[in-house]
Amino acid sequence: MSEISPAEWTAILLSLRVAVIATLVATPFGIALAWLLARYDFWGKSILDAAVHLPLVLPPVVTGYLLLLTFGRRGLVGAWLADHLGIVFAFRWTGAALACGIMSFPLLVRPIRLSIEAIDRRLEQAASTLGAAPWQVFATVTLPLALPGILAGMVLGFAKAIGEFGATITFVSNIPGETQTISSAIYSLIQTPDGDTAAARLVLISIAIAMGALIASEWFARRATKRLHGN
Amino acid sequence: MLRVDVTRQLGEFSLEAKFESQGRVTGLFGASGAGKTSLINMIAGLLRPDRGVIALDDEVLDDTSKGVHAPPHRRRIGYVFQDARLFPHLDVRQNLDYGRRMNRLAADPAQHKRITELLDVGHLLDRRPGQLSGGERQRVALGRALLSKPRLLLMDEPLGSLDEGRKEEILPYLVRLRDEGIPMVYVSHDAAELRQLATQIVMLKRGRVTALGGVTVLT
Repeated sequence: MSEISPAEWTAILLSLRVAVIATLVATPFGIALAWLLARYDFWGKSILDAAVHLPLVLPPVVTGYLLLLTFGRRGLVGAWLADHLGIVFAFRWTGAALACGIMSFPLLVRPIRLSIEAIDRRLEQAASTLGAAPWQVFATVTLPLALPGILAGMVLGFAKAIGEFGATITFVSNIPGETQTISSAIYSLIQTPDGDTAAARLVLISIAIAMGALIASEWFARRATKRLHGN
Repeated sequence: MLRVDVTRQLGEFSLEAKFESQGRVTGLFGASGAGKTSLINMIAGLLRPDRGVIALDDEVLDDTSKGVHAPPHRRRIGYVFQDARLFPHLDVRQNLDYGRRMNRLAADPAQHKRITELLDVGHLLDRRPGQLSGGERQRVALGRALLSKPRLLLMDEPLGSLDEGRKEEILPYLVRLRDEGIPMVYVSHDAAELRQLATQIVMLKRGRVTALGGVTVLT
């Protein structure tokens, strides 16, 4: 198999950038939401829970279209952001990151929520009797004990983000160098004559990234168990 | 001085306790299910009374009629749990240091040395809680509570999860601790243990105080 072409490199690097930014920005929101779902009972909790999982079951093209309606240039939020903050999502790589972040959000939240639920709350009580204020308990007990789950969630979210296709192409199209990720590059290549070898290269690369992410996620999950047992 | 006058409903069970303690070590005695743990959880601030007052020295910690409730982290009351509850992600040294850091107290190497020697945990400092025996864990938990410089130390059956041999191992440390002069509330269902440690007894039966006085009430 021949060398990776510059155009393919562009797609690979763009995918990495989009997935990394999407994961990093989504993580604090994911932790906050996981915390809320793990620890509190409130009115509308099951609706919120369902809404978080929605991108997992909706057709991606629907999510992409909803993003276009909301964050597009004439969208309710998109117009406001463009006018007031100068942030534009439509047909930009930032839009791809937004689409990937939303599509991967359920996969990010789930392991974090499970790891917060697994924490022995009596340890948090012990911390408070030692003088830790609630935010200190969170920072010194809850967060470190949930860390392996957070990392596992980030890895899974990243893997999902890097492979996202439907919502991204619907929302920000397939512009080489701007919004053409590995997935949309493969899509374009298999529709071009003689694109097969290049497509095959990108397919192998995405398989490798996905496998790597799954193995890393497994490894973090094992560390979590070890950490909770204090060895 | 500790003053407690509280009621609390817990499902079918109702707890109604009133006592004052001047003693250095107040022994809270009763069978399991008598409400001992709920009562010291209220003193620690982990459980709110439905009605009543808890005061330590001149400070009112709970007064439901005035809406006063000091949260646990502001009470400076140490708590040694039956199951130690050491932080599994921290080593012994960090566990011992936790209360000092949270209270932003200056490092006190002299006290640190005295307590690690008193409890004989100096050789365990680099270990993780998972690598400790039950007795070692309980000693570290004691040290951790003491190093947060509490005004009062609560102990909920600190020997409860240990076998006879281990109990014999820890008891002398507790006697030493008592002689250090820090006021304690010591929960136990074992009269022999309390005879060795307590200076005053509060007897609890099905959520009610049935006797108050010296260790002689244990007979």
